[in-house]
Amino acid sequence: MPDVLNFHFEVDGDDFKSAGHASFICKKNLRQLGISPEIIRRVSIAMYEGEINMVIHARGGSADVNVYEDCIEIILADKGPGIKNIKQAMQEGYSTATDNIRSLGFGAGMGLPNMKRYTDYMDIKSTVGEGTTITMKVNFE
Amino acid sequence: MKVKDLANSDLFTAITLPQGDREINGVYVGDLLSWVMGRAQSDNAWVTIMSNINILAVASLSDTSCIILAESVKLEEEVIKTAMDKEINILSTNMDIYNTAVYLSKVI
Repeated sequence: MPDVLNFHFEVDGDDFKSAGHASFICKKNLRQLGISPEIIRRVSIAMYEGEINMVIHARGGSADVNVYEDCIEIILADKGPGIKNIKQAMQEGYSTATDNIRSLGFGAGMGLPNMKRYTDYMDIKSTVGEGTTITMKVNFE
Repeated sequence: MKVKDLANSDLFTAITLPQGDREINGVYVGDLLSWVMGRAQSDNAWVTIMSNINILAVASLSDTSCIILAESVKLEEEVIKTAMDKEINILSTNMDIYNTAVYLSKVI
């Protein structure tokens, strides 16, 4: 599977207001490639949720979007605190976000479930104290 | 119904209208951003009382046709400017969320 295109983004962990910037640029880039709106929507939502998670929990990180012939792969990597219990974190409604985050409209415990819902493949590798890497794929077909 | 048609009605005011020709094909109501992101459909009008800048990312990425701020919720200037940059339609109404949704169900 040849690598067609890569977009790399650094996600700023201190700036809640710019959260979503990488997803927005990614969306624009994918649109320019002529990828269908529904695929772009799925990639954008999954990536934004990941981006927000990295801002809320991990003081930022990096996002790589690889466009292959048959799918789009999103790799989100951070050096945050890690996820103690992935199964629990995947449950809708479970959240460790603070009240401050909730007052901004986040922390509903929908981030990881949304990422799973909108992608065809999702893998979470996390080590407490070291960080988390999430790989997701959205197939074109 | 197009967003600009709604903006022209007496009950709504356009705060930003960079893409007035977008169609409204349905309505989604909610304030929890991730919840909205996961459930609002492309080209929905999204009715909310949330006003922080992250609503723009949600509207943009979930591809809703407009944000409708119920109960005359006000936006900071920075949010309005960013909405123009990102070409996001935002309307405002005096009505509460329930009555906004009831009205929309009649007209779209």
